[in-house]
Amino acid sequence: MKFVYMDNNATTRVDPLVMEEMLPFFTEAYGNPSSMHLMGAMAQKAVSEAREKVAELLNAHPDEIVFTGCGTESDNAAIRGILEAWPEKRHLVTTRVEHPAVWNQIPYLRQKGYQVTELRVDREGRLDLEHLRSSLSDDTALVSIMFANNETGVVFPLDEIAQIVKARGIPLHTDAVQAVGKIQIDLAKLPVDLLSMSGHKIHAPKGIGVLYIRRGTRIAPFMIGGHQEKGRRGGTENVPYIVGLGKAAELSLKELTREPLRLGVLRDKLEQGILERIPRVLVNGKGTRRLPNTLSCCFEYVEGESLLLLLSDLGICASSGSACTSGSLEPSHVLRAMGVPYTAAHGSIRFSLGRFNTEEEVDFVLENLPGIVERLRAISPFWKSRGEG
Amino acid sequence: MWEYTEKVMDHFRNPRNVGVIEDADGVGEVGSMACGDALTLYIKVDPEGRIKDAKFQTFGCASAIASSSALTELIIGKTVDEALKITNQDIADYLGGLPEQKMHCSVMGREALLAAIANYKGQSRESLASPLVCECFGVTEDEIERAVRENRLTTREQVTHYTKAGGGCGSCHERIEAILAKLRREVDVAIAAPTKKLTNLQKMRLVEETIERQIRPELQKDGGDIQLVDLEGNRVMVSLRGVCKGCPSAGITIKGIEQRLKDMVSQDLVVEEVAS
Repeated sequence: MKFVYMDNNATTRVDPLVMEEMLPFFTEAYGNPSSMHLMGAMAQKAVSEAREKVAELLNAHPDEIVFTGCGTESDNAAIRGILEAWPEKRHLVTTRVEHPAVWNQIPYLRQKGYQVTELRVDREGRLDLEHLRSSLSDDTALVSIMFANNETGVVFPLDEIAQIVKARGIPLHTDAVQAVGKIQIDLAKLPVDLLSMSGHKIHAPKGIGVLYIRRGTRIAPFMIGGHQEKGRRGGTENVPYIVGLGKAAELSLKELTREPLRLGVLRDKLEQGILERIPRVLVNGKGTRRLPNTLSCCFEYVEGESLLLLLSDLGICASSGSACTSGSLEPSHVLRAMGVPYTAAHGSIRFSLGRFNTEEEVDFVLENLPGIVERLRAISPFWKSRGEG
Repeated sequence: MWEYTEKVMDHFRNPRNVGVIEDADGVGEVGSMACGDALTLYIKVDPEGRIKDAKFQTFGCASAIASSSALTELIIGKTVDEALKITNQDIADYLGGLPEQKMHCSVMGREALLAAIANYKGQSRESLASPLVCECFGVTEDEIERAVRENRLTTREQVTHYTKAGGGCGSCHERIEAILAKLRREVDVAIAAPTKKLTNLQKMRLVEETIERQIRPELQKDGGDIQLVDLEGNRVMVSLRGVCKGCPSAGITIKGIEQRLKDMVSQDLVVEEVAS
């Protein structure tokens, strides 16, 4: 089957150039970077170069880059590492729309006796900065606010947030897993202390992530073992994956001036096309700054999983914030935090574009989606009675 | 990604009996759009009390649509009294099984059937009223007790998978635990009954009986067949025939047969396909 893959916020295809760069490090230059021989030196050099490329993408120093196993590990390491380094401070500030890697830590931390403030968002997904300002206190150990939302693509104003938080001298972490490679991030100008990113969202493989730790940040080590990653994360480096991430970072940086524009044009075409062809559709976060590749919309009177499976029958891959797709019974906490009515939240679909999507693929979706929505609405008991069908 | 059976996907892609019966004799409405799924069932009953026609409209996921479609096929041609005996497990079985987290879709089908028949018999909703336990998803005590008894549920998670109750704010968890505690003995007895220590001879007979009475008729409906070849300890050796043989989904079929035998005879059984 020919796939139309529009689920790039979930994961991306490994770029063939990335793959090519990685391969020698499995069977030829397979040394341990710690080893005192030529094979070890080759691996060590490759890791250093990759670290430089990642640093360059973020405009950071190479010694501020710590390789991890995934974005979730980076988020865990940042939050727990800071809390452990400031044991007397018992308050954390985050938002109601974080990724589960941060969001699901909240009940755990509360159980441990921490006080957690979850910042509100409005109907468009915009953060309440007054709420942020008023929530900070001398007891606040850390503020953790995502850069861009994985479901809606809404981008938070990290520069304003950083000004507010840093004025109080409080450490600031951002989960930038969705933002890196899709928008410019300049850590020389943006004073965040910690930033999480993930390889497989930028065309590197799954199983590699980064935690950026600004020089001078007090943080507890999160994997105790050898001297690797300056003792912060012991364990032999995952050399081939680190090399892959380095290459992916290099490719992202090269494309960062033009690719977001191209994706924005495609996304807008998809969005406009859907709104013109299908009645009763809401676009989430339409009134605010969003990632150029992400379109989250709710089709009223239909359920998201059904839509996804009928799209999948045509090879179209997307995702949903509906309850049924997650195994939970409640629709996405992000859409609920935005106040999207339940009746619409169950019918949410996210299209997320990437490097390999074309205009023809957008046209293909636009040709087929209206019929699928119509088909499901025709068997829905609510459509005739309440809709305009 | 859910592991739906081919039959679930077929009933989802090509739902049977979709629509409205304008002059229905009974209508059952369950669920709501806020809950994420809803089903309206229409039945037409002839003077002898036989269900002549059934139609449905569903808002929900693939398994909700498939369960509704399966329900209509199960009840058309049955008398109202026969239809009342259909359990949610029958609906799930008809579809070759549902993921546990989706069992509430089959329960929704069963609840819609009960509501439609009550409506046909002229019983008002009030006369059926039972105290509401889960306010988030509108689940009553009766509905939870029925699901616990019929499906032998023992944990709160299972109750949520089967009825949705307790899947929202969580404030009803204690009441669900209380219902489970109340029915615990009854459920334990039901669970223990088929798993008591069997002699080899009893096991052999029970395996044979389950294949003959339950598994073979289902396979034959799809143009296939099964033969019990041998039983060694807990290894049940069978051969598949007809269209089942060499069918790409034979592996799924074997798994389904194994599950059925585990449920009916002993959890320790393993089913293997052998040449006959």
